[in-house]
Amino acid sequence: MKARNITEKIMHGIFIVCGMISIVAVVGISAYMIISGLPAIKEIGLKEFLLGQVWKSTASEPLFGILPFIMSSFLATFGAILIGVPVGLLMSVFLSKIASPKLASAVRPAVELLAGIPSVVYGLVGMIVLVPFVMDVFGVKSGSTLFTAIIVLAVMILPSIVSVSENALNAVPKKYEEASLALGATKVETIFKVSIPSAKSGITAGIVLGIGRAIGEAMAVMMVAGNVANMPKLFGSVRLLTTAISSEMSYASGLQKQALFSIGLVLFVFIMIINVILNTLLKGGNRNEN
Amino acid sequence: MKTEASSNSLSRKISAGRRTYDTVLKVLIYLSAAVTFLLLVGLIGYIFYRGLPNISWEFLTTQRKVLEDKIGILPNILFTLYTIITALLVALPIGIGAAIYLNEYAGNRKIVRFVEFSTETLSAIPSIIYGLVGMLFFCQKLGLKSSVLAGSLTLVVMILPSIIRTTQESLKTTPQSYRDGALALGATKWYSIRTIVLPCTIDGIVSGSILAVGRIVGESAALLFTAGAGYVLVTNYIKALSVSGGTLSVMLYVYVMENGEFDVGFAIASILLILVLVINFSAKAAKRKLKKIG
Repeated sequence: MKARNITEKIMHGIFIVCGMISIVAVVGISAYMIISGLPAIKEIGLKEFLLGQVWKSTASEPLFGILPFIMSSFLATFGAILIGVPVGLLMSVFLSKIASPKLASAVRPAVELLAGIPSVVYGLVGMIVLVPFVMDVFGVKSGSTLFTAIIVLAVMILPSIVSVSENALNAVPKKYEEASLALGATKVETIFKVSIPSAKSGITAGIVLGIGRAIGEAMAVMMVAGNVANMPKLFGSVRLLTTAISSEMSYASGLQKQALFSIGLVLFVFIMIINVILNTLLKGGNRNEN
Repeated sequence: MKTEASSNSLSRKISAGRRTYDTVLKVLIYLSAAVTFLLLVGLIGYIFYRGLPNISWEFLTTQRKVLEDKIGILPNILFTLYTIITALLVALPIGIGAAIYLNEYAGNRKIVRFVEFSTETLSAIPSIIYGLVGMLFFCQKLGLKSSVLAGSLTLVVMILPSIIRTTQESLKTTPQSYRDGALALGATKWYSIRTIVLPCTIDGIVSGSILAVGRIVGESAALLFTAGAGYVLVTNYIKALSVSGGTLSVMLYVYVMENGEFDVGFAIASILLILVLVINFSAKAAKRKLKKIG
């Protein structure tokens, strides 16, 4: 009996430890990002770092202004959302309301497959197909542009927008739609004036999730965006927060390396803000449904 | 009966403006569906078209010979395998344990919510941040250098959320009466979890592991900083843990960006695509099959 009690206690303890590991990981990651990111910001100056327009990390008098990266990240994400959200939302309407269950269950795995394709594969196809295409069609010197990055990111965030929006649309109570149809609205009118507004918070959550994905993507963008530290232009080569880190990490040292960690900290802060918004949205959505 | 009749007469009287609205949106919906579907088909078709002709037996079973300018990916297939094994070996016990704690032990709702919030946060952190922290902590602080072990441990933290979530979901669907029955027969809590509850959650654990394998196979940013891009053949698993080893995704990036080897890139992309197809399919099959047993 006693031995059994001890085993029980030990197992209970082990489970508590396992449960706490994700908390430890989040706290640890935050601490590491802050500790390694702050020194360079302190040395460069917060204003010069965030609002400086020139990044010359390897010059004899180096300049560390990351405004170009912040702006490029922001514009790339915005553009990807601008293209990805309408297509994704309409796709989720198709799966949830228009397609027969049989057709929907045939198309849904295709969307899941898009989510499973590794980002380097998107990068490769973007590099070989999209970059020359942009160069020819828009007559620019190099096809590695912000525009190309936007297209690749839009495709990459599509699956998360579709699946979250579809869940939200499926959760809309049938009686709302039946009432609308009974009042004489057509099916399409019902979808756009009743179903989508009722699923608003879920759809917004999908969009925010997409924003998080787009802002954090590194490798695919690295392969198509050209990677020059310019202020962003739609058909110019750009460097984003993520690619700024990965393009110099392998050879950086001293203040330059510390500045890269500071960029990581800025990215981390953005992601945390997005995550808090996402959590609030999802909680608010659940309350409405109850 | 009456409402049906009136709705029919109304739909006949739809104004031209409403009809256009209807048609335009319907066309847009079908267009989006078609674009998404064609995109996927085109993507897969193009990758296989460019990649499959470049896959040969030699490519799969040899290692890179720089002097002869020949590229083989056997070491990287093995490194991918080692990384998957190591990451799952560490992440599975922790993830299952955490799920059991959240579902079976934790009494305090606040603690549960806090743990769940951290898990969600972990799944939102981009892989490049994992790469940075993994490099600082595992490679430098713990002195593991750029190695398969450091990369795998970084991935453990990344895949933990999905293992916890899927295990938890299937714990929730295990009927409470099973636990009550075991306790009523005099079994202790741990005994009933081990013999009754865990076997019922096998579907969640397996599909969670398959999802995790998918994530590991596709990962590049986090591994580039922590495991590097080594391409020397190491057949001994224990020895491989301490050397730098590039997984297939990492090598795709390195070969394309640093060596301009696009054919090799597409060949690796085809292999990755086949893996993703197999992973997606088996995750579904596992969920269906094992649920029946449970």
